[in-house]
Amino acid sequence: MPTFARNQWYVAAYSRELGRELFPRTILGEPIVFYRTESGDAVALADRCVHRRYPLSESRLEGDTIVCGYHGFTYDRAGSCVFVPGQSRIPRTARVASYPLVEQDSFVWVWIGDRDKADPTLVPRAPWLADPAYTTVSGMEPLRARYELLVDNLMDLSHETYLHGGYIGTPEVANTPITTEVDEENEIIYVSRHMADAECPSFYARSTGIEGRITRWQDIEYHPPCLYLLHSRIAPVGVLPNDDGTDPDAFHVEVVYAITPETEHSTHDFWAVARDFALDDQEVSDFLAESNRTVVLQDVRALDVLEQVIQSEPDGYQELSINIDTGGLAARRFLRRMAERAAPGALVRS
Amino acid sequence: MTAMLRGNTVFRIHWVLNTDRLLGVCHCGAEHESQDPVELWDWLLAHPEGHEEEPAR
Ligand code: FES
Ligand SMILES: [Fe+2]
Ligand SMILES: [Zn+2]
Repeated sequence: MPTFARNQWYVAAYSRELGRELFPRTILGEPIVFYRTESGDAVALADRCVHRRYPLSESRLEGDTIVCGYHGFTYDRAGSCVFVPGQSRIPRTARVASYPLVEQDSFVWVWIGDRDKADPTLVPRAPWLADPAYTTVSGMEPLRARYELLVDNLMDLSHETYLHGGYIGTPEVANTPITTEVDEENEIIYVSRHMADAECPSFYARSTGIEGRITRWQDIEYHPPCLYLLHSRIAPVGVLPNDDGTDPDAFHVEVVYAITPETEHSTHDFWAVARDFALDDQEVSDFLAESNRTVVLQDVRALDVLEQVIQSEPDGYQELSINIDTGGLAARRFLRRMAERAAPGALVRS
Repeated sequence: MTAMLRGNTVFRIHWVLNTDRLLGVCHCGAEHESQDPVELWDWLLAHPEGHEEEPAR
């Protein structure tokens, strides 16, 4: 297993989670405290006071500064210490690390790695989550398993038949053309499952008004390490997107996961479901929120168990890969490559 | 067959419908069939090694 892929953007929180309270969250093993300034800017600082390592998240905000709850070291939004108790000289090294942030598509993205390598234009997009043409439900579940297990899980949708007991109707593997595409340069994995002629699940028939059989696509687009998109497209049989990419006669559900390692053995499992139909229908929102959360929790339960098993086994345990693992194998390779790239010369366990 | 990603460095693996076979297509056009995704990835990633003698399209 590779260690973490540093020098990457990770989802730290939903924008709605941050406010004028100090908000702790550990990302890739780094304890971080988040807050908003009085003008609303998001700030992320290392959550350990330089004096005696007291968590700044257990402290208090004074204007835009954090006053350490132990002896009163005071830090500005850049992490510089602006006050130490009982003396006028502020030691030169009195500062905590600050983290680059980008707020986009309802997420707060944090850069974990070398500050000078942080490029905001490289944050991958999930535009539906903040698009008024879509209605979104979302949540986050803590996972007590390494993030690689969640990546494996999400890259193969055929587990739905077994682990989720038909809870979400997905195309059977048989009769469904499945193509895995891997863009080496841009580091994107795309797994498309396009059914030309399928039965319409009753939920979709009700909420979209489609009558009769459908064309059904379920496409995974994974931008390792953090962002996973599941494009679900439903249209009357034979209706395809236009050449320019517009697709007015189909219905879309965009399922988004952000897979953020917390520690070596735990993960923040962000999930969101956006749709472009029945926008104001609360029943549809409730159904999508409830069913997706149920599915996420079923995965969480299974992966928590799997983590315990793997931890109790010696390194280098045996696995067997079959056709359904084609995309997952590519994901593992990219994650390993990203971890190695961020640790030049360092030994990466593999 | 489906192609959603563009670009010059895209590998494709098609699961041949109603079979257990996988068809790998390299960005150079070379093709290779296998029943084992690990073996198929090894072949694809070895590019250009072993890709010339395959029938390119
Ligand atoms: S630990 Fe923060 S001021 Fe002492
Ligand atoms: Fe699942
Ligand atoms: Zn080739």
